Parts: sequence; structure tokens; C-alpha cells
Amino acid sequence: MSLKVKNLKVYYQTLKGDVKALDGATFTIGDGEIMGLAGESGCGKSTLSNSLILLKPPMRFVGGRAELDNEELPIWDMEKMNNFRFKKISTIPQYAMNAMNPIRKIGKMVSEILKYRKVDFKSTLPELKRRLDLVELSHDVLNMYPLELSGGMKQRMVMVLSTLMNPSLLMADEITSALDVSTQKAVAKMLVEFRDREFVKKLMVITHDISILYQIADSIMIMYAGKLAEKAPTSVIINSPRHPYTKLLISSLPDIGVKYSQKKLTGIPGKPPLLLDPPTGCRFRERCPVAFKKCLNEEPPFMEIKKGHFIACWKEFEKNA
Amino acid sequence: MKQYFTRKLFIYLLTFFIAVTIDWLIPRFMPGNPVQVLLARASLHAEAAKEMYSYYTKAFGLDLPLWKQYLNFWIAIFHGDLGTSILLFPQPVIKIIMRAVPYDIFLLLPSILLSWFAGNKFGAFAARTKWLDNTVLPIGYILTATPYMWLAILLGWALAMVFPIFPLAYASSPAMKLSFSWMFIGDYLWHWILPFSSLFLVMFGGWAIGMRNMIIYELEADYSHYLEALGAPRKLVRRYAFRNAILPQVTGLALQLGIIMAGALVTEVVFSYPGIGYLILGAIQNQDFFLIQGCFLFIIIEVLIANFLIDVLYIIIDPRIRIGMGGKSA
Amino acid sequence: MTKPKKRINEFLYFALKNKRLRVGLSVVLFFLILAFIGPLLTHYQWDAYVGPAYHPPSYEYWFGTTTFGQDVFTQFILGLKASFLVGIIGGGIGTLIGVLVGFTAGYHGGMIDEFLNMLTNIVIVIPTLAILLIISVYLKVRGVLIESIFIGFTAWPWAARAIRAQTFSLRSRDFVDLARISGIKPLKIMFTEIAPNMMSYLLMTFILQFGGAILIAATLDFIGLGPTNAISLGLMMNLAVLWGALPLGMWWWFIPPGVAIAAIVGALYLTNVGLDEVFNPKLRKL
Repeated sequence: MSLKVKNLKVYYQTLKGDVKALDGATFTIGDGEIMGLAGESGCGKSTLSNSLILLKPPMRFVGGRAELDNEELPIWDMEKMNNFRFKKISTIPQYAMNAMNPIRKIGKMVSEILKYRKVDFKSTLPELKRRLDLVELSHDVLNMYPLELSGGMKQRMVMVLSTLMNPSLLMADEITSALDVSTQKAVAKMLVEFRDREFVKKLMVITHDISILYQIADSIMIMYAGKLAEKAPTSVIINSPRHPYTKLLISSLPDIGVKYSQKKLTGIPGKPPLLLDPPTGCRFRERCPVAFKKCLNEEPPFMEIKKGHFIACWKEFEKNA
Repeated sequence: MKQYFTRKLFIYLLTFFIAVTIDWLIPRFMPGNPVQVLLARASLHAEAAKEMYSYYTKAFGLDLPLWKQYLNFWIAIFHGDLGTSILLFPQPVIKIIMRAVPYDIFLLLPSILLSWFAGNKFGAFAARTKWLDNTVLPIGYILTATPYMWLAILLGWALAMVFPIFPLAYASSPAMKLSFSWMFIGDYLWHWILPFSSLFLVMFGGWAIGMRNMIIYELEADYSHYLEALGAPRKLVRRYAFRNAILPQVTGLALQLGIIMAGALVTEVVFSYPGIGYLILGAIQNQDFFLIQGCFLFIIIEVLIANFLIDVLYIIIDPRIRIGMGGKSA
Repeated sequence: MTKPKKRINEFLYFALKNKRLRVGLSVVLFFLILAFIGPLLTHYQWDAYVGPAYHPPSYEYWFGTTTFGQDVFTQFILGLKASFLVGIIGGGIGTLIGVLVGFTAGYHGGMIDEFLNMLTNIVIVIPTLAILLIISVYLKVRGVLIESIFIGFTAWPWAARAIRAQTFSLRSRDFVDLARISGIKPLKIMFTEIAPNMMSYLLMTFILQFGGAILIAATLDFIGLGPTNAISLGLMMNLAVLWGALPLGMWWWFIPPGVAIAAIVGALYLTNVGLDEVFNPKLRKL
């Protein structure tokens, strides 16, 4: 059973035209897999996760297909998607710390959500308590208001709630960005535990922090300017990436133990293209150190060059050929 | 919590003090003499006038030094003595006001509460259906932009003159005697409908618009999005949005009270409805300072009490204030 | 950051496209023009007895005459002018004071905020009618200016509250902190970082004060506490009710002033909604 996404295109409607935020994503996540989704701000990773769970204006479904466990996800239909939300596909949003109604006691809110989703609260309560124990939250939180909890606690509560129905696919959107390093580690470990205990079957972890992915992800997918750049098992991405962008990304990460008086910390020069009117050909060509003529005219397709290793780069295709 | 209430109480007392002081200043600032005005009405022989003058000056305490008058004023208030009216001499002001208060309450309380509830409900409806939004919104804006007295005039003209369904003035027909009979109540309600409707409609517009805007704001909040992501049906999302949006509407009610009072005043004037507003008009026109003073005192007290009640209500319904005061946070 | 000029152009573009803004402004402009060229259309004095009393609208007297035989149209035109004056001056003063109080309270916080808050609350609750009464008797002859000043000095709390809330939310935004960290003086921060973001808010606050001032003036005029030497829309309604226009069915005397006020204030509110859509991209309808 898996998540199969084929050529998914989702644009943002603006007065000036469509912003091609997600322009053709094709990938698969298998059961038990934790896939990391990384890239610069604006590369389309949040668009991808949002389109799968809550495709609302100004987002517009343009084309493609998403299949979860052999069922097509009707992501363009808000009503029909409700059958999948929470029970089969769920999310820990970026704004998790503000995700709970400030004037409702948490327990009351949970019971109301369950009631409206036709789940019996009473019989779910023992499992809910067990999950709270797992994330080290006291059962008392159910009687408190969100503002009585710290940021980390609220996030953990949202983690518990989002996974309560054991969804097949869980998407975690930048859930470690606002936390301190030790809490980041704890939260990342919790995600892995959720997968190990089979609370969730497939996990998509969206972040710009590759070091977290290094810790917990089985595979990493790199996005750039609305397109997929590379997808491979974690060790491959970190140690032997092949896409020029991925290479630059990895090498720009600071290493432990290196003094930067000796070696300068370099970023990737330039900026990502505006997606209102994206350039022809490969979208990375402006900043790519190995771009050549073909990159200017034709867009490289996202193809498998080795088992489990996908890439979209003409240069790398040449190498393989 | 205690600190919060003591601080609020302090502000209310301070406001009361300042307002009462201003209220006391009114007759003192009037050029001319209240006693002279009184005497001018009873055109007396010069000699008799002089005598009456000194008598009344003493009676009203106007011969005492200012600070003593001020003190006496406060003492009198606490004794429930608001002086004697000049216009309706020799009736005590408090008696005149107390006669008008029930009429005010029966007019203001239903119109304020009903318009608040109905306005909020309609505003909430408008926020979720497009066609309703397109009708409720312009109507609401027009209503809230309409001056109170003009709507009163309009209703009076349309429903009392052009189509003589309702009476144009007063709270009861001249021949009716005040009693608790069905006949009197029916007659009163018949007179009451126009002023009530006038007040209700203008306020309704304001609340509907306010609520519609608040709900739209709440529907865009993070918690609404999260609910949607969890597949919660529209009903639940709307319910939460409504509950959250009501809070600023409650505060809004407290803030609007001063304006509503002014609106009630002019409405009563148009319909000659015997509330405090109507009294004030007569008092202003006849320079009856003590009556003016008393009326304003009543209005100040009414507004402060209402504000206080709303403050208490707000604490009950918004848990954030309660919790925030406990200073709790993990 | 987008250059200010480019941003203004962007706003103008959306402003001209916004239906509500167009409708609202047109209505206000219509009445404004009427108020200015109106006096040229009539050769009567508003309080002169020019014709037969109780006369309904006719070719000679466009809005009919009052119970005294005065020309209602003249009263209407001059009343319009008075209302606009009060709206602009009263609204302007109210906005000015409100901005000063609200901004100071919101920016500094702490004790200053506490104190200003208390002041605001007191002014809201106190029956300003009482104060006006004192003034009205002291000054036997009152003009539109005095009324405007009075309204401005008593209606500012609403503006103050709104501005204060907005200042609070802006103050804690990151770009302000950034400016603070880089050592720019607070006053400069106020003008270069916060003020531009508040511009839209200030404009909308002024419009609301403008509309509110017109309504308050109408109420004051109606109970006889308005200007003594001029006619205004509220005063027209006062006179109409006083002299029995209702039982006499003289609709031409009391309907036009109310229509004008409701239309102008309603149009102002509509303009405000339109402005909100222009300045807040999230509200723009696609």
C-alpha cells in the first residue's frame, strides 16, 4: 500500500495570473517509509502537502492524480475529501501552536471533533490517554485551555490529535522550525515512534532543515521552484547526491568541528525564479554550475536512474547513458 | 482576579466622580439664575418677587459657598434627593424621573437585546451564504448609517400618517389610565411599536455588519483551517467561529451604550414618548437645570451599571481572561 | 521592500477597480458637488419667507416650502454644506486626537498605556451632552466650527482604540524589532517603519470619523444644540417635527435631509469596505 502521486499540478490564482507553485510532481511513498521533503522557501513543498489535505482557494487544482492505498484522492472536491481527512490522511500543520480553538478546553474540543466525525469519544478515550503518555503529556491537558500550555506542549497535543485515528498518511509541515534543538530531537523521535508503532503507515516530513531528515528519514525528496529535483534514500542524498542543486545544498551545510576562519561558509548564489512566469527549460539553470545548452530549452523529466534514485537533470542523464 | 476587579471598580468610581462633578457644574455654569427663571414664570409683583427670590435661593441652597454646595450635592444624591424641578414645580426631580424610568426600560431593554441577538444571527448567516451576504450587507450598512431620528420620523410618517396603523405620539391614549389591565397593556404596546422598531432597526444593522466581519475573520484563523484539515463538517467550523466572534460583540455592546442612549433620546422626542430622553428635551427647552441634572445623573448611573454588568459577563464567557489572570502557564 | 511609489500605484490600480469604492466615492462626491454649486442654483435665503407656506415641491420651489414659506431646497443645499464642514473638521480633529492618543498608548505601552486607556474609557462613558449643554448656554451664538471642535474632542475615543490596537500589532512585528536592533531612534522608527503601514488604517479611521461626525451633528442639531446661525440637515428635521410637519404630511421637509445623511454616511461606510479590500489583499475578490 502506498501513496502514489502522478504529475500533480496545483497553481495559485492571483490577479496577475497563475503562480505555478507545484508543476508536475510524481513520486511514491511506501508503507513504513518516512520521506523527507526539503527545499528552499517557495519551492512548493508546503503547496504539495496542503494540496493533498486541504486544497482551497487561492489554490487551484490543475491536473494530475494522487492515489492513497489504491484509492484516488478527490483533492479538488472539498466535501468528498472529508471522507479521507483525519482517518486516512492527516497533517500536523505549520501553525500547530495556534491550531487549537483558544476558547475551548482541549478535551472538549477533541470530543466535539470526534463526535462530528462520527467517532465515539468514550471508547477512544483510553487510547487517547495512552498516546498522551507516549508524548509525555499529562492527562490534565484535556481539562486545560490551549493558552495554558507551552508551545512544545501544544505541538505535541496536535501530534496526538492528528494521529488519533491512525491515518495511513501523515504529513508533518515544518514542525520543528519553532522549537529549540533538544525539543526538536524529542519531536523527531516521536515521529519515528509513531511510525514504528504503526500509528501512521507513511510519513512525509516537510522541512528546510536537512539535518533532521538525516536523523529520521528513510528517503529524501528535494524540490526546487515547483519541480522535483531529486529523490533517493537518505544516505545517498547526504553522501552521494547527484543533482547539482542537491550537491550545493548539502555542501552548504555547516559541518561540526570545522572552523570557518579556514573555510568560508558558502551559500548558493542567486535566487529562485519567480513562478508567475517561470523560465523555459530547467528551472535551476540560472544558478547551476554545470548547465549547458539543453538545459536552456528543454525541461528535464523526473526519472529513475538507479533503483530508488530519481533525478531531473540532463547532465546526470548524459552520465548514465 | 481580585486585582482586576478592584482596578475596574476604581475606574468606574473615578468616572462616576468626574461625571457627577460635571453634572453638578451645569446649573452653576448657566448664566442667569435658576431662581430667576423660576420666578419669571410666575409673574409676581416686584415686592413679592424679592421675597420669593431670597426664599428660593435659600431653599435651593444657592447662597452657600460653592464648595459647600458641592458637598451638599453629593450628600443629597446619597439620600436620593435630586432637588426640585423648575419646570414641573413643585414636584421633586426624583419622582419625575422615576415615572419615566419604566417607560425607558421597556423601550430600551427589548430593543437593545433583541437587535443584538438578531443582528448577530443574521450577520453570521450572511458570512456563510453568498446571496445572503449580498442582501444583508447593503441593508445593514444603510440601516446603521441612518440617523435614529430620521428613521423614527420615517416610520412615524409612513405607518401613522400615510397608513394610519399606529399612533404617532405618546405611550398611551389620552383617555387611558395607568393600570395593569389588558386594555392598558394593549394600548401601550400599540404605541410602543413604532419607537421600538425604529431603535431596533438601526441597531440591528450595526450588529449584523459587525458580526459578519468578525465571523469572516474567524473563519480565516488557524484553528478554523486545522478543523477543516481534520475533516470537520462546516457546521462545527461555523459553530466555533460564531462562539469566538461573539466575544468582541459583547464588548462592542458596552461601548455602544452611550450612542444608543443618544439615539433613544431623539427617538423619544419624535414620538413624544415619555422616557427620560423626552424629559431632557423639555428640561433643556425650559432651562430646568435640576431636572437636567437629575436626568443626566440617571443616565450616567445606567451606563456605568450596564458597563459593569457587561464586564462581568465577559469574564465569564472568555476563559482567556480568567486564565490569564491566574498567571498559569506550563 | 517594494518602493513606496510602486506600492501607491498598485493601490491606485486596485482602488479604481473596486466596485464598492467607486460607488461609495461617487455618491459622496455627488453630494459634495451639490453642496458647492448648490448655492448658485438658488437665490433665496434659507430663512427668508419667499412664498406660500405648506407648499409641496413645484417648479418654483423644488423641494417645496416650510410652514413659514421658506424654500426647503435652499435649506437643504446649505444644510449639506454645513454637514460636510462638520464632517471634515470634526472628523479631522477626532482622528488627530485619536491617532495621537492611540499611537502613544500603543507604542509605549506600560503606565502610559494604562493612563491613556483610563482616559479613553472615561471620555466614552461621560455624557458629552451635558458638557455641550454648558457650552451651548455659555456661547449664545455658536457656529459650525464650535460644533465641529466639540464633536472632534468627544468622538476621538473610537479612533484611539482602533489605532492603539493596530499600533500594538505592528509594534511587535519583526521589521520593527529589526529597526530597533539596528539602533534607529524610536521617532524615526515611528515615521519610517510603522507609519507607512498605518497609512491605510489612518485613512479608514478618518472616513469613519467623518461619517460619525455627520451623524452626531445631526443628532445634536435635532435637539437644538447645534449651530445657532446656520441651517443644517439635523436642524431641518428639528424644525419639521417641531412645527408639525408630520401630522401635516409635509414629507418634502423631512425626507430629503435624512436621505442625504443616510446616503452620505452609508456611502462613506461602503467606501471604507472597498478601501479595506484594496489594502488587504486577502479580502480581494478574484
